[in-house]
Amino acid sequence: MNTTWSRFNITSVVLGFAFLYLPIVLLIVFSFNESKLVTVWGGFSTKWYVSLFHNQGLMDATWVTARVGLISATVATVLGTLAALALTRYTRFKGRVLFSGMVFAPLVMPEVITGLSLLLLFVAVGLNRGILTVTLAHITLTMCFVAVVVQSRLITFDRSLEEAAMDLGATPVKTFFQITLPVIMPAIVSGWMLAFTLSLDDLVIASFTSGPGATTLPMKIYSQVRLGVTPEINAACTILIAVVAIGVIIASLANKRREVQRQLDEQAAQRG
Amino acid sequence: MSSAAVTTASASPATSTGKSVHARLGAAFSGRLVIIIPYVWLLFFFLIPFVIVFKISLSQTAIAIPPYTPALDISGGFSGFLAQLKQLNLDNYTWLTQDALYFNAYVTSVIIAAISTVLTLLVGYPIAYGMARAPATIRPTLLMLVILPFWTSFLIRVYAWIGILKPEGLLNQLLLATGVIHQPLIILNTYTAIFIGIVYSYLPFMVLPLYSALEKMDYSLIEAAKDLGCPPTSAFWKITFPLSLPGVIAGCLLVFIPAVGEFVIPDLLGGSQTLMIGKTLWNEFFGNRDWPLSSAVAVILLLLLIVPIMLFQRAQARAQEMDR
Amino acid sequence: MKSLGSIRRDFTPWNDPNAKPYIQFDNVTKKFGDFTAVNNLSLTIFEREFFALLGASGCGKSTLLRMLAGFEEPTAGRILLDGQDLRGIPPYRRPVNMMFQSYALFPHMTVENNIAFGLKQDGMPKPEIAARVAEMLRLVKLEQFAKRKPHQLSGGQRQRVALARSVAKRPKVLLLDEPLGALDKKLREETQFELMDLQQNLGLTFVVVTHDQEEAMTMADRIAIIDKGEVMQVATPAEVYEAPGSRFVAGFVGNVNMFEGKIARGEAGAASIDAGNGITIRTDNAGTASAGTAVTFAIRPEKIKVSSKKPAEAINAIEGEVYDIAYLGDMTVFHVRLDDGQVVRASTMNAARITEDPLSWNDRAWVSFRPDAGVVLTR
Repeated sequence: MNTTWSRFNITSVVLGFAFLYLPIVLLIVFSFNESKLVTVWGGFSTKWYVSLFHNQGLMDATWVTARVGLISATVATVLGTLAALALTRYTRFKGRVLFSGMVFAPLVMPEVITGLSLLLLFVAVGLNRGILTVTLAHITLTMCFVAVVVQSRLITFDRSLEEAAMDLGATPVKTFFQITLPVIMPAIVSGWMLAFTLSLDDLVIASFTSGPGATTLPMKIYSQVRLGVTPEINAACTILIAVVAIGVIIASLANKRREVQRQLDEQAAQRG
Repeated sequence: MSSAAVTTASASPATSTGKSVHARLGAAFSGRLVIIIPYVWLLFFFLIPFVIVFKISLSQTAIAIPPYTPALDISGGFSGFLAQLKQLNLDNYTWLTQDALYFNAYVTSVIIAAISTVLTLLVGYPIAYGMARAPATIRPTLLMLVILPFWTSFLIRVYAWIGILKPEGLLNQLLLATGVIHQPLIILNTYTAIFIGIVYSYLPFMVLPLYSALEKMDYSLIEAAKDLGCPPTSAFWKITFPLSLPGVIAGCLLVFIPAVGEFVIPDLLGGSQTLMIGKTLWNEFFGNRDWPLSSAVAVILLLLLIVPIMLFQRAQARAQEMDR
Repeated sequence: MKSLGSIRRDFTPWNDPNAKPYIQFDNVTKKFGDFTAVNNLSLTIFEREFFALLGASGCGKSTLLRMLAGFEEPTAGRILLDGQDLRGIPPYRRPVNMMFQSYALFPHMTVENNIAFGLKQDGMPKPEIAARVAEMLRLVKLEQFAKRKPHQLSGGQRQRVALARSVAKRPKVLLLDEPLGALDKKLREETQFELMDLQQNLGLTFVVVTHDQEEAMTMADRIAIIDKGEVMQVATPAEVYEAPGSRFVAGFVGNVNMFEGKIARGEAGAASIDAGNGITIRTDNAGTASAGTAVTFAIRPEKIKVSSKKPAEAINAIEGEVYDIAYLGDMTVFHVRLDDGQVVRASTMNAARITEDPLSWNDRAWVSFRPDAGVVLTR
C-alpha cells in the first residue's frame, strides 16, 4: 500500500488522538496527586487509592454495578443474538418493520426518554425499583447493541457453510449448533463485552430505574462529582479505565496474535 | 487473502419465494421462537413504556405514590379503564406551550445539537480521512485507538473536562503561564463547554462511520480524477466527499439524535445557566417530582426526534442491503 | 442424429433404449418471484455418468443443482432419483452430496473433522469413521494435512478437502458446483484429470455445473447446454462440437462461421445452399431440409483452408481479401473478408516451421472447405 500518507493526514490523526486521549491522561495523572486540589500538582501519592478502598459506599456500588453488568450483558447477548438471527434470516414476517425499528431506535434514543419510560413501566406493573429493574432496563438497552454487532457478522456469513452441513446430513438444529454458532461466536463475544461496558457506563437509565440499595458506580460517582471534583473520584475513574483498557487490550492482542498466526499459516500454505 | 475471496464468491440465489432450505432451517430449530422472544421483550420493555409515557403525560400531578392521578389501575376492568380515560386531559401540553422556558429549552437543544454535529463533523472528517489513508498495517491499531475511549466511561470522560476547563483549571493555568491571556477564561458552565463536551464525547461515533466509508473508497478514483485534470481540492469535493456521504449522514445522525436529549454533558459542563431539554426533563422528574409534566416533555422530545430516528433507520437498512 | 460415438470409453447408456434413467428432471420449472430460473425442463442422467451442465452465468444451471441437492424445491414438475420422487425430502436426508463453489469448508474444524462431519451425522462407529477419513485423505493426497484448519491450506488443497468431504459418504450422486472455478489455469487442468480418475475409480455419478466449455468438454460423458432455463442440447462433447443442434449451441461452444442462406437443390442429404451474392455452398449434411428452407450453414474455423490461389480440386471456394492475421504459435488464425463483406475466420495448424504459401495483409485469398466439413442448422 503506497498511497501517500501526507503530512496533513498524519497531523490530523495525531491531533485527533491527542484530543481524544489528553483528558483521560490528565485524569489519570492527577489521581496520583498528593494535593487535595485536583488541578494543582503537589507530588506523587497513592493515598487516594487507599482511601478509595475504605469508602464503603463506593465499594458497594462497584459490587452492584458488577452484578448488574454481568447478568444484563449475558441475557442481552442471548436476546440480541436471537434478534440478529430474526433480522437476517427472516426477510419477511408480520411486523418486521416494527421489529427492526425497535432494535435500532434504542441505539440513538436519548437516555432520558428510555429511562423515564422504563421507570413508568415498572411503576405501572408494580415492580419495586432495585437491582432487578436496573438489570431489566440494561438488558433492553444493550440487547440492541448486541443485535447490531451480531447482525453485521451474520450478513457476511457464508450460507453455503450451512448448506454444506445439511448436505452432509446434519439436521437444521445440529447445523445451527455445530456450524452457525461456533462461526459467529467471536461476534457474540464482542457483543457481550460491549453490553457489559455499556451497562458499567450507564448513569441516566440507572438513575431512573434504580431504587434504594441499588446505587450503581456511575450514580455514586455522579453524586460525588456534583459535590466537587476530588482526587478520590479521579482514582476511582482511573481504576475503571484501567480495568476496561486492560480487558480491551488483552482481547485485541489475542486477536492480533491469532491474525498474525493465521497469516503465517496462509503464507506457509502458499509455499507448499 | 484468498480465503476472503473464496467466501465472498458464493453468490447463490438464496432469496426464494418458495420454501427455501433456510426458511426450513429457521423454522425447524426455533418454531419461530427466534423472532418471538426478542420481539415480545422489546414490545414489553420498549414500545409499551412509550404508551405509558403518553398516557401519564395526560394525567395530573398528585401528592401520592405514584405521584400522578389517575393511577394506572387494571383492576377496574374495561369500564374502569374508560372512566380513567375521561380524567385525562391536555393540561400538561398547554402548560408546556405557555411557559417559554420549555420552548426555549427545545429550541436551544436542537440548535446546540446541530452546531455540535457540524463541529464534530469538521473535527472528525480529517481524522477519519487521515486514518483511511494510513498504511494498511497500522489502520487496525488506529481503529482500536478510536474505539478505546468509547469503552471507557462516558461520565468519566465528561468529568475529566471539568478539571481542564474550570477557571483555575489546567487550560487556564497553561494559557496564563504562557502569557497568552492575563485573565482566566470562563469556559466551564457556558455553552462553549457544552460544545466541547459533545464534540469530545461523540467524536468516535462520527469518526467510525466516516472511516468505514472512506476506507472502502478506491484511492485510484482520486488518481483517475487527477489524471483527467482535476486539481486535488476539486477532486476531494467531486469524488471523495460524495462517496463518503453515507458515512457523513450516519455519523451526523448518530451524534445529533442523542445530543438533543443529552443530560450528563449540560449538567456537568453547562452549569445552571445553560438550558437543554434533557436536563429540564431530569429536573422536572427528580427535582419537582412532576411525573406527568416530564412525561409530556419526553413525548414532545420524541416527536421532535422521530424524523431523524426514521432517517437513521433507513440509512441503517440501506447500509445493510449494500453489505449483503 | 447420427452419433459420433464416445471417444473416451465404451459407455453410452443414453443410446440404449432399455437403460434405466438414474436422475430424471420431469418438466421442472423454478421461479424466484417473477424470474423464471428453470423453465419446464426435462433431462435424464444415467448411473455412473459424468454429466456436465454448461451455460453462461444466470442460465439456471446452478438452480438445477440446488434443486437436486434439496436447497430449493421446484415450483412445478418433479425430480426423480433412482425412481424415487425427491419432493419434500430435505437436503440432509438425500443420498446426494455437493461440492460447493466456495468449498464451504467449516473454518473452525480441522481437515479430518471436515471430512468426518458427514459420517458423524450418520452415526457411523468411530473406528469406521477414522478408517474412512484416512482413506479419503489418502485419496486426495492430504495425509499430512489432517490436523490443519482450512485457512492453513492453499487453494488447491482446500479444493481437495472439499472433494474428499463430499465423497466420504459415498453418495449416490456427487454434485459439483464450478469445482475448479477458483483454481488457476495450470492446477485446473491437472485437477480435471484427477476428477475423472476419481469418478471412474469410485464408480459414482457426477453432475458438474460449469461455465467453462473446455472443462465440460474434457471431463464429461455428456454435456447439457443450458440457456435461459432451458436445455438447448444434450450430447457428447464431440457431438456438441461437430454436430451442434442449433445456432445457439454452434455459437456457444467454440468458434464458428455462419452463412445464412436457402436450400437451392437437395437430394439425400446433399444440397446446395444459396448464400446470396453469388455464393453457393455445397454440403453433404443438409439432412431432411427441403428446397426453399431458410438455413444457417455453420463451419468451424479449423475446417477452412486459406490459400493464395484457388485450389483446383475444391468444391467450395470463395474469394476474398486477407483482413487480419493472428499468429498464435501452434496455429495461425486468418480473417478473410469476402467480397460481400462477410468476414470468415479460418485457422491453420502450423505443422511446418515456415509456411510455403505466405499470405499477408490485404492479399487476395481463397477460402475453401469440403462438402462434409460444415453443418446445416434450421433452428
